[in-house]
Parts: sequence; C-alpha cells; structure tokens
Amino acid sequence: MSDTNTRISSIVTGSDVVLFMKGTPLFPQCGFSSKAVAILEHCGVSYESVDVLQDMEVRQAIKTYSDWPTIPQLYVKGEFLGGSDIMMEMFEAGELQQLMDEENVAKADS
Amino acid sequence: MPMAGSEIETAIKSALPEAIVVLTDLAGDDDHWAAEVTAPQFAGKNRVQQHKMVYEALGGRMGGALHALQLTTKIPT
Repeated sequence: MSDTNTRISSIVTGSDVVLFMKGTPLFPQCGFSSKAVAILEHCGVSYESVDVLQDMEVRQAIKTYSDWPTIPQLYVKGEFLGGSDIMMEMFEAGELQQLMDEENVAKADS
Repeated sequence: MPMAGSEIETAIKSALPEAIVVLTDLAGDDDHWAAEVTAPQFAGKNRVQQHKMVYEALGGRMGGALHALQLTTKIPT
C-alpha cells in the first residue's frame, strides 16, 4: 500500500501534467476519461497518462491518495486538480489554460 | 445496483439541508446522472472541496453504486 503511494508520488511529480484515466488517450474506456483527454488536447499541453485498468494497485490507491472516489484524476505539478467535471468547468472559464501557462507547463509537440 | 435519482437527492439534502439539487437523467436509465448542486455551505471552499462535500453526502457510493454522476457545484447568489 505505502509502496503504491510512493509510486504514485513519483508518477505525479515526474511530469508536469499527469492524467490517471481508464484506457489510453487514443482508446479511452470511459466517457469521463475521454472528456478529460479532449480537454487536455484542447489546452495543447504535453501530459503523461496512466491507464488504471492496467494497474489494479494504482486504481485503488489513487482514490485514497487524493481522497477522491473516481477516475479520471488530473495532477498538475504534483497537485491534484480534480476530475473531468472540474476540468471542464475550469476549461470553460479559461482557468485551466491560465493555470497551465502560469505553471509553465510544456506544450504538446504538434 | 444503480442509485435512483430520488435517493441521490435525499442523500445530498440530508447532508446539505439548504441545497438546491437539480438532477438530469442523462441516458434515461436511472443510472447516469448529472447533478447541479447549489448550496450556501460551498462558500469559501474550492471546487475540489465542494465536490468532496457532495461525494461525502453520497456516503461512499460514488464510484461504486453510483457509477456516473456529472457534478456541478454552485454557491447561491
């Protein structure tokens, strides 16, 4: 359990933007994960994704790590930002893009 | 077992008594819900904290019995 937490810590601090999701950005396995991917693509930022369906330990532990019951979960600079609803609200308000700028997050290769 | 809309509303209102809960059945199957919750208790909290308050009201069913809840939280104006 604590090993998994250590692993999650190193994942979320290892990249500026990390999305824990079901499936992959190309093949999301859930509508909420698919929405989260679309938002990040719109923001044009580079991000790391973790497919929790391929890792049962992380799938369970991530919920305790952030005290958040659902997947997807977005982390920016190691901080938990929210799930897909919060991402959408922030994106629509322009706050997500602003945060990515302020945090100097790397842009996606296009 | 899915969670019926009436149960969702009751659970939220018992934890946040003055909340206004607007539910939309997204798929018409009594299982995929959108909820807009407006509550004075959200004042001074950030979005993550507001959503957590609603999840807490649902007593651990979020992500379990309640698979899909698209949530929007608002502070009354």
